[in-house]
Amino acid sequence: MDDVFKALADASRRQLLDRLFDRPGQTLGELCQGLEMSRQAVSKHLAILEAANLVAAVKRGREKLHYLNPVPIHEIADRWVGKYQRAALDGLAALKSELEKDEDNG
Amino acid sequence: MDKPKFVYVTYIRSTREKVFQALTDGDATRAYWFGYRIESDWTVGGPLRFYNPEGQLVHDDRLLAYDPPATLSYAWKPLQKGFEGETESRVTFTLEQAGDQVKLTMVHDEMMPGGKMLGAVSGGWPAVLSSLKSLLETGTALERQIPRHE
Repeated sequence: MDDVFKALADASRRQLLDRLFDRPGQTLGELCQGLEMSRQAVSKHLAILEAANLVAAVKRGREKLHYLNPVPIHEIADRWVGKYQRAALDGLAALKSELEKDEDNG
Repeated sequence: MDKPKFVYVTYIRSTREKVFQALTDGDATRAYWFGYRIESDWTVGGPLRFYNPEGQLVHDDRLLAYDPPATLSYAWKPLQKGFEGETESRVTFTLEQAGDQVKLTMVHDEMMPGGKMLGAVSGGWPAVLSSLKSLLETGTALERQIPRHE
């Protein structure tokens, strides 16, 4: 999980993820087009994103196609956001049973 | 072959055999796939079906590849309302051992251009895969609901 946050803590890498979201399956060459970064820099950023599992690479012939992999971000959301929602629902359930109990007594 | 449209990867601390079993066992899919049950006699070319939590048939798929514990692939053909005009797409799971973890790669491709499936799957798979990972690693699936298309 540290890898994911570290990989996301860089504007250039987030820009690469945005580009892969807009157009999945790009090669390194395609990703470099129209960017200020050098090919070497893009390649380095991609390696960090791949290590964090935020980018999935698929080989097709001699090409390597890159895809945004949202699964680690989903796992982070489940870990904190999902838990928070569950706690809120549990809270509501407890409130409901508490109020209904009062009603029974009253 | 067209480029795959969606590629998802998750690492699960488990064995390929256990992950493959979870992908093909109806009781297991019910636990992590938000109540949906898979069913097939696992004959390549034969039917593969999904039932929703109410027991209704919601998918009439075809098994394309069955090579435990490495590869599982099926043609994806939802029967839910709104998908009548869609041609079948393809779902492929590849399982690789990576140290003490299984690298599970899931590719969903061959979708009809401009079809609804493109938008429909983009939200659902990460939830299913996260829930599968949670079930195998902690024994508890996630509670989130996937979008329903009734």
